[in-house]
Amino acid sequence: MFAFVVRRLLQSVIVMLVVGLISFSLFNFVGDPINNMVGQETTTQQREQLREQLGLNDPFPVQFARFVGNAVQGNFGISYRMARPVDTVIAERLPATVELAFVSALFALLVGVTLGVYTALNRAGWTSRLVMTASLIGVSLPTFLIGILLIWIFAVQLQWLPSFGRGEVVSIGGWRTGFLTESGLRALILPAITLGLFQLTLIMRLVRAEMLEVLRTDYIKFARARGLSNRAINFGHALKNTMVPVITITGLQLGSIVAFAIITETVFQWPGVGLLFIIAIRFVDIPVMAAYLVLIALLFVVINLVVDLLYYAVDPRLRVESGSARAH
Amino acid sequence: MKIKAVMFGLLVGTALTGMAFDASAQTLRFASQSDALTLDPHGQNEGPTITILHQIYDPLVMRWHDMTLRPGLALSWDPVEPTVWEFELREGVTFHDGTPFTAEDAAFSLDRARVPPSDYRNYVSSISEVQVVDDHTLRIVTSAPNPILPQQLTNIVMLSKAWAEEHGVEAAQDYAGGEENYAVRNANGTGPYRLESREPDVRTVLLRNDDYWGDREDFPMEAERVVFTPVSSAATRVAALLSGELDLILYPPVQDLQRLEQSPDIQVKNTTENRTIFLGMNLGADDLENDTVEGANPLADKRVREAIYAAIDIDAIQRVVMRGQSVPAGSIAPTYINGYQPAFDERLSADQDRARALLAEAGYPDGFGITFHCPNDRYNNDEGICQALVGMLGQIGIEASLVAQTRSIHFQQLQNGELDFYMLGWGVPTFDSEYIFNFLYHTRDGNRGSWNFTGFSDERMDELVAGMTGETDLAARDAMIAEAWEIALDNLNYVPLHHEVLNWAMRANVDTPIRADNSPRFAATTFE
Repeated sequence: MFAFVVRRLLQSVIVMLVVGLISFSLFNFVGDPINNMVGQETTTQQREQLREQLGLNDPFPVQFARFVGNAVQGNFGISYRMARPVDTVIAERLPATVELAFVSALFALLVGVTLGVYTALNRAGWTSRLVMTASLIGVSLPTFLIGILLIWIFAVQLQWLPSFGRGEVVSIGGWRTGFLTESGLRALILPAITLGLFQLTLIMRLVRAEMLEVLRTDYIKFARARGLSNRAINFGHALKNTMVPVITITGLQLGSIVAFAIITETVFQWPGVGLLFIIAIRFVDIPVMAAYLVLIALLFVVINLVVDLLYYAVDPRLRVESGSARAH
Repeated sequence: MKIKAVMFGLLVGTALTGMAFDASAQTLRFASQSDALTLDPHGQNEGPTITILHQIYDPLVMRWHDMTLRPGLALSWDPVEPTVWEFELREGVTFHDGTPFTAEDAAFSLDRARVPPSDYRNYVSSISEVQVVDDHTLRIVTSAPNPILPQQLTNIVMLSKAWAEEHGVEAAQDYAGGEENYAVRNANGTGPYRLESREPDVRTVLLRNDDYWGDREDFPMEAERVVFTPVSSAATRVAALLSGELDLILYPPVQDLQRLEQSPDIQVKNTTENRTIFLGMNLGADDLENDTVEGANPLADKRVREAIYAAIDIDAIQRVVMRGQSVPAGSIAPTYINGYQPAFDERLSADQDRARALLAEAGYPDGFGITFHCPNDRYNNDEGICQALVGMLGQIGIEASLVAQTRSIHFQQLQNGELDFYMLGWGVPTFDSEYIFNFLYHTRDGNRGSWNFTGFSDERMDELVAGMTGETDLAARDAMIAEAWEIALDNLNYVPLHHEVLNWAMRANVDTPIRADNSPRFAATTFE
């Protein structure tokens, strides 16, 4: 067990380094931050001085080594655009993204499972067909279009919900939450739907397929033959057995929800880390971009590591293959 | 069933609307593309930052909505000697913390603005000393005669010396050095609005300063509160204006203007912007990196540059690409500046036959190929303009291959001198021709000519630029400017395209005077 964990941890470190290297080398193609940082009257000499001061003239390996050296110590540098430490800025923005991701995941899970079960049980009904067709739209429409569409309907035409921003927030021990104010909750609805729609359709289709599979199995037939109620069969036995893959997928999708929040946050001007990243790209704010990419990589690595460890704990075959074939 | 659902929808709808938009008419909700980078008065010389600063702080000399000069914190200014300007300051002005504004504060602010790390230091680099004569008289000594000093002071705002000393912000924020100081998120000015709260990138709230010195006819100050939210997505900005969540937005997308104008709740204002778009050409090199001609530089031949000019049908671009939102230009001088003459905007007529003849005369009867660089997120429809230009140049045999990329890369390559044929726009914050000649026509020598990537170098031009900087006899100076324009127009190292047009969209019950510097003044906003 110990050897397995160490091996996985080492692999994770390598993944992080590779992500850092790739993202850092990409920064050579996003342009020059200098022009965004100074007024247009700035002389050529002053620009050159600033470039030297920021270390932008150093060769790539030197810049990368400096970045890794600082990052290991938890120092991600100073944002070029905001002139503040990057870790402070990200810590300020993270709650907005986490809350949005949490609500979208919850929305996707609840609605997705419900609709999945419904469409599996009423395969032939016209409502099921309608839901299935609608879900195709959910999968194929790009996120920004869904966002704009929702804004158009619910903010511009009906004027029920706000089109941008996060509403009023309350600070609890440094965590700024929008859950406790009415405007904060109202502001959550449209972005959460936009972000969760893709996952919702994914979960719905998965639940439906699994459910149909399970309903065909012998133990369900046997349960029916025993005269158990439909309710007990469908929810007590069938649904329970479809949930394992659903939970796995949902867990893995959590990372993507946070990562894909970039687009949703831009459309709704949601003040999270995704919007911070988009603005950073526009400004060529290299320290913020680097820290964000490392953060997202870390998130994926941690989720995968946890899943791997859980599998290891759950599946005895892995333990046998790892060589510790001790008899208990 | 159906009726019930509709009823329910209506009920929820009214309940939600009732709760949502109870903002009183006296709040102005304003959105632009991006946030101010800092509130330090001299930390960043950049559009959105200047817009917010000018609500909170005042300069000595104000630029009014029509871009003419007006007394700000200074009542009058006169050159008392060739190198000395005397400013008489307004009496009875107080900062937001109640302390009076005096010449000491003004001298302190100017000194703060003219040394590093102030991002405004290049505006006021001519100042060598600021002397306090008495509480309300200030003398500014310049190293050489400087006739346009008042023009250069319109963006230099005044802060309180005592406040700065108390909070350790005697020097401007070293923005480029990554430093944050107290003045970045706190403010104490003399302006019409005081800072109530600021969350960078999220929301900045301003409250009316009822003690403001300004005359209420000029500054009605009907907005009691101003909420500024940056909204980066243009579609969202427009949607929020239509839904009534915003009162005033900058940068409405050109393709939405017609629809906005048709909405009874919205009004759109526009004006010619203080910025001209043009093409730069590298005429100084012996051979170009980015063309198909070996051993020669086709752009060095004025006939080729003229052919490029004659190939452009600017009216078509104005009509189709810009949807009417541009003013064709015949020089790179924005219409507001000192030295501009209406005759400058008479363009060479578009004539493909003549263009082909000029190319043939220059030795390129079959044309040539060249890479053409454009930004795609800097100017209105920049990439669209460039695509149209590629087609027009193709018709006279110049095969331009377009490289349209983000501004950060475009300007980086431009600064590195890697571009031979490129698009650029130039605004003139001093409203004087010297600013154009200094940066775009003077020989590139590390100090002046920092945006002259054409390789153009002309001794007489350099002499004239040096002369303009120090000539106090305005008539003689204007003659120099006129001569410089003659050289510039004759040489044709830039092919002018158009002056940009800027638009502001606002709710129909809100009225704010549009300004060519794209920087609204909320004190002038009125409500119906």
